[in-house]
Amino acid sequence: MWDYTDKVKDHFLNPRNVGEIENPDGVAEVGSIACGDALKFTFKLDENGRIKEAKFKTFGCASAIASASAMTEMIKGMTVEEASKVTNQDIANYLGGLPQEKMHCSVMGREALEQAISNYKGAPVRAEEEKIVCECFGVTEKEIDRAIRENRLTTVEEVTNYTKAGGGCENCHPIIQEIIDRALSQMSETPAERPKLSNIRKIKMIEETLEREIRPALKHDGGDIELVDVVGNRVLVATRGACASCQASDQTLKHFVEAKLRELVLPELVVEEVSA
Amino acid sequence: MKPVYLDNNATTQVAPEVLEAMLPYFHELYGNPSSMHSFGGQVMKQVRKAREQVAALLGASPAEIIFTSCGSESDNAAIRSTLASYPDKNHIVTSRVEHPAVRALCAHLATHGYRVTELPVDGEGRLDMEQYKRALTSDTAIVSLMWANNETGVIFPIEKAAEMARERRIIFHTDAVQAVGKIPINLADSSIDMLSLSGHKLHAPKGIGVLYLRKGTKFSPFLIGGHQERGRRGGTEATPSIIGLGVAAELAQKKMDIENTFVKGLRDRLEYTILNTVANTKVNGDRDNRLPNTTNISFEFVEGEGILLMMDEFGICASSGSACTSGSLQPSHVLRAMGIPFTMAHGSIRFSLSVYNTDEEMDFVIEKLPPIIDTLRNMSPYWKTGAQLCREA
Repeated sequence: MWDYTDKVKDHFLNPRNVGEIENPDGVAEVGSIACGDALKFTFKLDENGRIKEAKFKTFGCASAIASASAMTEMIKGMTVEEASKVTNQDIANYLGGLPQEKMHCSVMGREALEQAISNYKGAPVRAEEEKIVCECFGVTEKEIDRAIRENRLTTVEEVTNYTKAGGGCENCHPIIQEIIDRALSQMSETPAERPKLSNIRKIKMIEETLEREIRPALKHDGGDIELVDVVGNRVLVATRGACASCQASDQTLKHFVEAKLRELVLPELVVEEVSA
Repeated sequence: MKPVYLDNNATTQVAPEVLEAMLPYFHELYGNPSSMHSFGGQVMKQVRKAREQVAALLGASPAEIIFTSCGSESDNAAIRSTLASYPDKNHIVTSRVEHPAVRALCAHLATHGYRVTELPVDGEGRLDMEQYKRALTSDTAIVSLMWANNETGVIFPIEKAAEMARERRIIFHTDAVQAVGKIPINLADSSIDMLSLSGHKLHAPKGIGVLYLRKGTKFSPFLIGGHQERGRRGGTEATPSIIGLGVAAELAQKKMDIENTFVKGLRDRLEYTILNTVANTKVNGDRDNRLPNTTNISFEFVEGEGILLMMDEFGICASSGSACTSGSLQPSHVLRAMGIPFTMAHGSIRFSLSVYNTDEEMDFVIEKLPPIIDTLRNMSPYWKTGAQLCREA
C-alpha cells in the first residue's frame, strides 16, 4: 500500500474543484488513458487578471487526483504570472509530500498548468516536432530535461519516478542517461542562481558545516562522514565507522546531513553517498 | 471495522482449526522431530501425519511431499533442480502469465545461458495447445506452467499439458498455488512430475510451502543441509506450520464441495450484479475454465487504485492489475499478455473469495461499489454519459 499523507488522502476522497469551466480563459489536456493517467484542466480569470476559477478532471490514481485538486486550490487568486512559477515540488509540498514513485503525478499537474497558461497566451498547445524520447509514455526530451533541472534528478530511476519516461519497455534508458549527463554538466557549468556564493566559498562553507555541526554528532554515535567532492549542488560524501554499515544511514544523510547543509549553506544542496 | 476480505488469492486467514492444532507445538511440544528422545519423537509423528494429510489432498504418496518455506521456494527448487539434473538440456518452456516466482526466475536464467520460451495466451487467457506442442523440443529440460492464474483464476489444461511433456521425456512442473484446495487434483493419475503449493493460500500460515516430487524424478537439492525431508531439503522442520498445513489440507479436502457450490455462488452473484448495475464493465478471463472463487472485472475509464482506496474506506479488501498498484507504471503482465485494452486494464479489480465470506458481505459490496465507480467516472475526462456507452453492446 502506498504511504500517502493525510492531505493526499483528503484531496483524493474530497477532491476540490472537480469539473470543467465553460468558456475558460485557459485549457489544457495532458497524459493519456494508455499511460494510466490524464488530466484536463481549465481556468478563468477575474477582471483584475487573477485566477477566479480553476477546475480539473482526472483519470488516474489517488495521487494524480490529489495533485490536480491541490494545484487548483493553490493557484486560485494568483495572477497568471504568479501561477506560472508554481513547480511540481510546490504541488508535492502542498500535499505534505508524495511517494517518490508518484512524483510524476505532481509533474502532470504542473504540465497542465503550464500548458493552460500557454493556451491563454495564445501559444499552440504543444510545439510540434518535439522529440519524443519515451515512446511508451510519450515523454519529450524537453520534459525530461526540465524535470532533471527542476528536481535535481541524477538517475534514470528518478527520471522515471518524476516523468514516467523509461517506465515501459526501457529501450530509452541510454538516451535518458545522456540527457541526465548533459543537463548535469550544464548545470554545474552555468553560474548558480546566487552568484554571491562562489564555488570556492560554497565548498568551504560545506566543509566548515561538516566539521562544526555534523561530524561531532555522528561521532557521538560511533559514525563519521567524509567529504569526497562537490559537483554543482551535489555534495558527494562517504560514510565511515558505524554509518558505513548502518541500515538507517540513508535517513541520516537525508534528514540530518542534508537538512543541516541546506539550512546553513544553500537550500539547493543534495547529499549523495558514494563509495570511496 | 471488520474487513470484508475479498483478497484471498493474495493470502487467506488461518483457519481456527489450523491455529488450534498449531499452538501446542510452539511452547509445549517444541521438540525437534529429528531427536532420539520421545519428546521430539512425538512431534515427528505429527509431522508424518501432516505429510499424509497433504499427500491425500493431492492424490500423492507421503514420500513425494517435501515441505519448503513457501511457494516461491518450491518453484525455484523445481526449476533449478531439473536444470541441474539435465545439464545437457538448456530449454525452458513457460508462459507469459506466470507468477513472478517462475517468471522472474526464468528471466534470470535467460541471462545465464538458458533458452526460455514464454507461451502467449489469447484474449481469454488461454494457451494454444498446438503452439505449446511446437515449443517442446529435444532440448527442452522442463515445462513450468501454472495450474490456475492468480489474477484471473483461468485454469490451464495442466493434465493434458503434462501428458504431452511426458511423451517427450520432458519434466513437467506446475505452480498450483492457486488451484490446490479449489479444484480436485489427483497427481497419481497424472503425468505431473513436480507441483508447488503454498500454505497461506489455503488457510494455513505464511512461511510454509510444499514441493511435490514424483517418485523416481531426478532431484538435486536446492537447500543443502541436514537429512530432513529425506535429504532433499535441509533445515529443521517448521513443525507448527507443517502441522497446521496438514490440518488445512484436510479441511480443504472436506470443503472442496463448498468451494464449488457456495463460494462459486457468491462469486457468480457478485459478478452478475456488478456487471448488470455498472455500465462499461467486463470480466477478464475465460469464464468457463476458472477458479470458483475468483473474478477479475474491468471498469472502463477509471483507474484501479482509486477504486481500491475508496473501497478501503468501507473496509472492502480487493486488488487491482492497474499500473498504479503494480508499482511498475504498466498494468499487470497478465492483462497485457491477454491484450486487454488500456482503457480496461487500468481499471481492473480482482475479487477473490473464500469459504469464510457471506451473502451479507456480497450485498455490502454490491451496495457500495457502484457509487464509487460513479464518483470516479464523474472525475474522469474520458467519461461521457449518453450514447457512447452503448458502443460495446
